[in-house]
Amino acid sequence: MSDIATTHATKGTIGENASRPDGGPKVRGEFAFSGDLWADGMLWGRTLRSPHPAARIIAIDIAAALRIPGVHAVVTAADLPASVNYGLEWRDQPVFATDVVRYVGEPVAAVAADHPEAARQACEAIDVQYEPQVPLLDPAEAAAAPPIHPDGNVFRQLTIRTGDPSARGPIVVEGAYEVGMQDQAFMGPEAGLAIPADDGGIDLIVSTQWLHNDRLQVAECLGLAPEKVRLSLGGVGGAFGAREDVSLQIHACLLAQRTARPIKIVYSREESFLGHVHRHPARIWMRHSAEADGRLVSFEARILLDGGAYRSSSYHVVANATCFSAGPYKVENALAEGIGVRTNNPPCGAMRGFGAVQVCFAHEAQMDKLAEACGVDPVEIRLRNALATGDRLLTGQVIEGTLPVARVIREAAALPLPPSPEIADPMTRPGGAGRTADAAHVRRGIGFAVGFKNLMYAEGYMDGSAARCRLSDGLATVTCAAAEVGQGFVTLAQQIARTVLGVEDVLLAPADTSIGSAGSSSASRQTWMSGGAVEKACQAVRAALLQHVADRHGIDPAQLTITDGRVTSTDARDSIDLAVADAAPGVVFEEEVEYHHRITHPLDDDGQGDAHVSLVCAAHRAVVDVDPDLGLIRVVQVATAQDVGRALNPLQVLGQIEGGIAQGLGLATMEELTLRNGRILNPSFTDYLIPTALDMPEVLATLVEEPEPGAPFGAKGVGEPPTISSTPAIVAALRAATGKALNRVPVRPQDIALGDGE
Amino acid sequence: MTILSPTSIDEAVAALADPAIQVLAGGTDFMVEVNAGHRRPDKVLSLRHIPELRTWEQLPARDDPAHVRLGATVTYTDMLQPDLAQLLPALAHAARTVGSPQIRNAGTIGGNLATASPAGDTLPVLAALEAVVEVASPLGVRDIPVATFITGPKRTALSPGELIVAVRLPLLDGHQEFRKIGVRNAMVIAVASLALAVDTRTRTVRCALGSVGPGPIRATEAEEWLAGTIDWDRPAATTEAPDLAYFGRLVAGAAQPIDDHRGTAAYRRHAIGVLAERAAAQAFGAGSAA
Ligand SMILES: Cc1cc2nc3c(=O)[nH]c(=O)nc-3n(C[C@H](O)[C@H](O)[C@H](O)COP(=O)(O)OP(=O)(O)OC[C@H]3O[C@@H](n4cnc5c(N)ncnc54)[C@H](O)[C@@H]3O)c2cc1C
Repeated sequence: MSDIATTHATKGTIGENASRPDGGPKVRGEFAFSGDLWADGMLWGRTLRSPHPAARIIAIDIAAALRIPGVHAVVTAADLPASVNYGLEWRDQPVFATDVVRYVGEPVAAVAADHPEAARQACEAIDVQYEPQVPLLDPAEAAAAPPIHPDGNVFRQLTIRTGDPSARGPIVVEGAYEVGMQDQAFMGPEAGLAIPADDGGIDLIVSTQWLHNDRLQVAECLGLAPEKVRLSLGGVGGAFGAREDVSLQIHACLLAQRTARPIKIVYSREESFLGHVHRHPARIWMRHSAEADGRLVSFEARILLDGGAYRSSSYHVVANATCFSAGPYKVENALAEGIGVRTNNPPCGAMRGFGAVQVCFAHEAQMDKLAEACGVDPVEIRLRNALATGDRLLTGQVIEGTLPVARVIREAAALPLPPSPEIADPMTRPGGAGRTADAAHVRRGIGFAVGFKNLMYAEGYMDGSAARCRLSDGLATVTCAAAEVGQGFVTLAQQIARTVLGVEDVLLAPADTSIGSAGSSSASRQTWMSGGAVEKACQAVRAALLQHVADRHGIDPAQLTITDGRVTSTDARDSIDLAVADAAPGVVFEEEVEYHHRITHPLDDDGQGDAHVSLVCAAHRAVVDVDPDLGLIRVVQVATAQDVGRALNPLQVLGQIEGGIAQGLGLATMEELTLRNGRILNPSFTDYLIPTALDMPEVLATLVEEPEPGAPFGAKGVGEPPTISSTPAIVAALRAATGKALNRVPVRPQDIALGDGE
Repeated sequence: MTILSPTSIDEAVAALADPAIQVLAGGTDFMVEVNAGHRRPDKVLSLRHIPELRTWEQLPARDDPAHVRLGATVTYTDMLQPDLAQLLPALAHAARTVGSPQIRNAGTIGGNLATASPAGDTLPVLAALEAVVEVASPLGVRDIPVATFITGPKRTALSPGELIVAVRLPLLDGHQEFRKIGVRNAMVIAVASLALAVDTRTRTVRCALGSVGPGPIRATEAEEWLAGTIDWDRPAATTEAPDLAYFGRLVAGAAQPIDDHRGTAAYRRHAIGVLAERAAAQAFGAGSAA
């Protein structure tokens, strides 16, 4: 690099591994998570939850609870001043159960007390008389069963029909698959602090994915105008979809309103497992037919998703699961039927990968079966069917953006393989620290999988994000309500501002509801939507600055640019060369904008329509060591190539890839909420196992950069793809090593060792 | 809440005359129960500042065999130190499988014994080695063999007011090891575990099982069969290998596993047999150590 470049170039712009503004505090343990919130005079809120999956409430007696010293309020549904229901997309969920409870963990009452212990005792002292009912627990029976909710038992039934579904190729493969209930298992449990304000409103600091949607639901239930409910983001310890739905927000605000005191609520780990939605468990049947060379002729799927007691995002999870059920492959004749149902199991909703994860496990198992039936290599059969720009999805939509499926397959397959197992340290064998396997007991398998999904919301949703940029003497301040949930939006917002404005000092204002909605930190959408809003706001400020300079010099602003932190003219005769910081002393430029993506459309009766904004794909190759006699597993390496459009911060992309693979590995080998009679048996980190460092494989990643037209900087969201195909790649490797069918995830030791579940 | 922090065993034992007092060692079980609201102590007796409890010594071989005496607050990390690990290799293996580094730094052998979880990882080793628990109370000191110390799941022979002071383990001459199955590769509760110890001097094999019964189980029939089958006078590599699969079946037969959310009884029984066969192969198979 030349001297000039080092002195002039703006550091920390797009494409660099700029460091996170919250990175240092997080590593040092100084970052304030929402569980650390505190206000003078605050009370502790606590929720009483249903112990039954289905019961009628005969009576609730709170008198004894109110008598406990230190208890300031006990609230039930009867205390709600306005709406009694809430819901992310559809208000079908009671804030507190009234006449019936529909799942174990459903809130029934909440208390506020001056000490957590008093609050706990108060919850115990509330006398709820239940009349237990026979719960509806089998999703396969739900559609035909008597409704357990006024809205019925079917959240959505979607059929996608294209071409001639009766067409058949000579090779036919069929299979039934099951996916267990995964939890987002974020580290920082739900927490928030609600503070009553002098104007009769409420200030709520909370860890969430979508401030404005929470605000709307709180305002509806408290009977307040939305402006009177002001939310700001508390430090978020992970989200992965589980913070899209309201948890404690309404309870805390209601208690604050009632007691006129600040209310803090922090969930315990157990309550966290009960208090947020999970990934939909799925039962999936698929049949593929192909020509002898493996090219697909037809595809059929039936997908059953258990949405649990309330709707949450089930409607759209059904859409994603069905729309992407065939995987990133060309197939002209298809019939895919998806259904999401209501049961008395815990509610399910958004989780990283959102419907695509479940079907990817099934379609990738099918592709391997097809490869075997055709005698074609698993990588080759995927290449032969790979979707590309110009092809049609099952929904008839023509892929207009980039979708380098063949390239991610080739690049992932080309990454180097790990050394052979014999030389491994015993600790790195299957069984790890338990030293269960000697070298001779280990067999190695390799598996491959490809997955895809959409970015952003779909089916005509009018999505938008607002951002404000302020520039004054070289200091930029960016305001956006996008929730930083760990993904690194805060870094990107700074990088974008630096790139557009040529300044290095970029402050991020706190994320709150003082500005318009940024939408949810979900659907891999914030880099595009809020990144786009920040870019647009900064561009508006940049234009105003250049106009100002041009006016002062009496020239056309079109002649001015910002390069390497300096305002210069393209016309050498103007001899303008000013540092951005000095270009307009004392002048403040401020612009607020809204950003929208292109319009999408609903699906018709045949599930056809241009429903999706953009698509993204990734391929994973897993190398797994297995101890077949004990069914224990060590994932040795996962190699991946991911379609990223453009890597705005390669290190952050890698962070998403490694984290997503850990979560995919979890689903493949250990993560499942086990239910008995609708009750979660393992609501703790003792028994809901997530991967440790000794479970995590080496990760090799190639970032495939084909800029997406229409996307800010050409960048695609990168959060979800790593979880989609990592799970099936690992299970394919397990099948290769053991010869077992393994049609269900997570694969349990007994499935391998004893052939359980086959 | 009152917290007593005595600096000697005598002081601690004297304090235990108060029936309300609860003993705190590393706190890795104790605090979990407090946080879950299952334990609400008013008075706590912390063992942290009693140096005698944190030491271990090799007892002179006056009585055959020689012993190691571990103070009750010897931690898992201590058990992993090379000088102790080489004397008690199976205990070191077991210690390494416990929790995470933080838990191994805090958790103690006395706490593992007093908790008496069916999945307590040192317990199969202590059972296989026929360790003796030294217990003190204001009434005096007594020795309790591990086999009678553990009386059931989370139940012990400890009377109110009794403190575990030490554990004595014999130093055997022969191969020993511990294996533990969990659904992930570290920091996991055992689904099944097994300790095997060979003593060439007494020509015995000791095998104890964890997480497949209410407490550690000795597979005595399997032990005797194996001890009677192998040729103690000739190196393993030169003799016909014993039928270790049969040994595995005998061990599996000794297990009393249950179905729970961590694993099925069928898998536990199968897995314990596999572990037994593998451990015995290390001890007596071709090219083995014994
Ligand atoms: C994250 C985590 C992972 C864990 N992993 C494992 C594992 O893999 N394997 C395993 O076996 N255990 C595991 N445990 C459990 C625990 O660490 C062990 O049982 C440990 O040995 C307990 O020892 P402690 O010193 O912490 O006992 P404490 O928690 O201090 O005490 C436990 C009980 O023993 C009593 N007690 C302690 N010392 C004495 C004494 N000297 N005399 C009389 N009573 C006494 C206490 O009163 C209390 O009832 C884990 C715990 C956690 C939190």
